[in-house]
Amino acid sequence: MSTDIRPRIRLPRSASIGEVVLVKCLVNHEMETGQRRDAAGAVIPRQILNRFTCEYNGRMVIDIALEPAISANPYLEFEARIDGPGAFVFRWFDDDGSVHEHVQDMTIA
Amino acid sequence: MLTRRHTLVAGLATGAAAALLPAVAGARTYSDILDEFTAGVEPGEGGIFITAPEIAENGNAVPVTVDAPGATEIVLVATNNPTPGIGHFRFMEAAGASLVATRIRLGGTQDVIAIARFPDGRLAKAQVEVKVTIGGCGG
Repeated sequence: MSTDIRPRIRLPRSASIGEVVLVKCLVNHEMETGQRRDAAGAVIPRQILNRFTCEYNGRMVIDIALEPAISANPYLEFEARIDGPGAFVFRWFDDDGSVHEHVQDMTIA
Repeated sequence: MLTRRHTLVAGLATGAAAALLPAVAGARTYSDILDEFTAGVEPGEGGIFITAPEIAENGNAVPVTVDAPGATEIVLVATNNPTPGIGHFRFMEAAGASLVATRIRLGGTQDVIAIARFPDGRLAKAQVEVKVTIGGCGG
């Protein structure tokens, strides 16, 4: 179910050094809360993305512990400081132990 | 084949698991989460801002923004959800602002509380009520 989370990242087309850019991240994931029951009345076990991290050029931007109250297809928006040409690395950590990684380059104007 | 003894053992195991469960998951109240974060420090007012709709038509995806200029971390909870935690946000060296926006689940009308920690150890708290009107009426 969650093997393909299809990250969609929105960044400015380019940035200058020292600039603060807005980063928008959206992935596909049920974020199953562990509260719901199936048709037979059995509790559907929790399976969420429980952690998200973002780094730019090896320096951490944000580290988030996510809880079941985060909506399905979790959306996160935050700001990062661009210290030079480089790449963002985004990581989503699933309850099932898998880690989804996505790399996106930043163009310097 | 399931003998009576096996059934008894299975029953005991289930009972033990059920007894342990509240301590492991789900039993943490929103004040437990906040107390753990504040560790005895009384949060002040101001310096942290929650932006959320006064009335949310869909409790499955309520847009929330928390901004606490200069903060190193923020904890966010919902007072009346089955699991009250929403998230714990840590702003690191390459962060451009101590701001985060996301979409959250709210299982009914309730308060959303955020507490931010600043580099000097000071805490700031903000609280907003979000009315959830599932189906477009009531609430």
